[in-house]
Amino acid sequence: MNLISEPGAGALILRVQEERIDAAVAIQFKDRLRELTAGGEGPVILDLSQVTFVDSSGLGAIVGAMKLLAPSRPLELAAMTPNVARVFRLTRMDSVFRIHATAPETALHVRAAG
Amino acid sequence: MCAPPDDAALMPAMAPADCSALRGGDDCFRRNFRAEPLAVRDALRAAVARFARRMGPDDAGTLELTLAEVLNNVVEHAYAGLGAGPIDLTLCHAGGRLHCRIEDHGHPMPRLAAMGRAMPATDVACTDLAEGGWGWALVRSLTEGLAYRREGDRNLLTFEFRPACR
Repeated sequence: MNLISEPGAGALILRVQEERIDAAVAIQFKDRLRELTAGGEGPVILDLSQVTFVDSSGLGAIVGAMKLLAPSRPLELAAMTPNVARVFRLTRMDSVFRIHATAPETALHVRAAG
Repeated sequence: MCAPPDDAALMPAMAPADCSALRGGDDCFRRNFRAEPLAVRDALRAAVARFARRMGPDDAGTLELTLAEVLNNVVEHAYAGLGAGPIDLTLCHAGGRLHCRIEDHGHPMPRLAAMGRAMPATDVACTDLAEGGWGWALVRSLTEGLAYRREGDRNLLTFEFRPACR
């Protein structure tokens, strides 16, 4: 599970460098997220811009991660692709997370123009 | 209640369905594979790739989610404690619909009521949020004619998937 951690302004950004958070990787996802957020503080923003598929196992792992970080560290979601947004909408979990339309940039992560 | 601040509802909009996309005659996809997560992933990607061009991305995404949920159930429940047995997946496109059939040789479904279970609640404290239990509610909301039966030592699950464009 390729998850990159970048300190941002006021939040830790976790960029998911995988196309899928599904039953095959849900446990690794949650374990890796736990490692990367251990001992820190402040909100955690999950950059989902590279993720094109989440099933209910992946959704469960994201909710589990949110519960793990709560209440001291809110888990927020950013840059959902339409397929991923659908799962959150159908399960009404879009009402539970703070959702950002785009992922924050950091000094470590400057997107190529064009 | 577990909810974010009010200013946060920023969900991407779905692209409108391309209603010229669904065409073609009768056509079946069939695959037999072992009930393990990576094999399921390969099978459902192949199945979706086979029909995606005729559906558009929105319906293809819905189909992939539906198949993932039913196949994950077979892996996690039907074959629980039995090892990774075989799954037969058949999808036939006919009359603008996709007729889907999933067959396995695992345990019979113990509680048929599970198929009718509602979507887990979201109006609860964060610590009480469910971390699963969406599968059947999702499948039911995305398909038509969902039916399960036991035949000998086999579980047969059938449903129809109707793309938005007919």
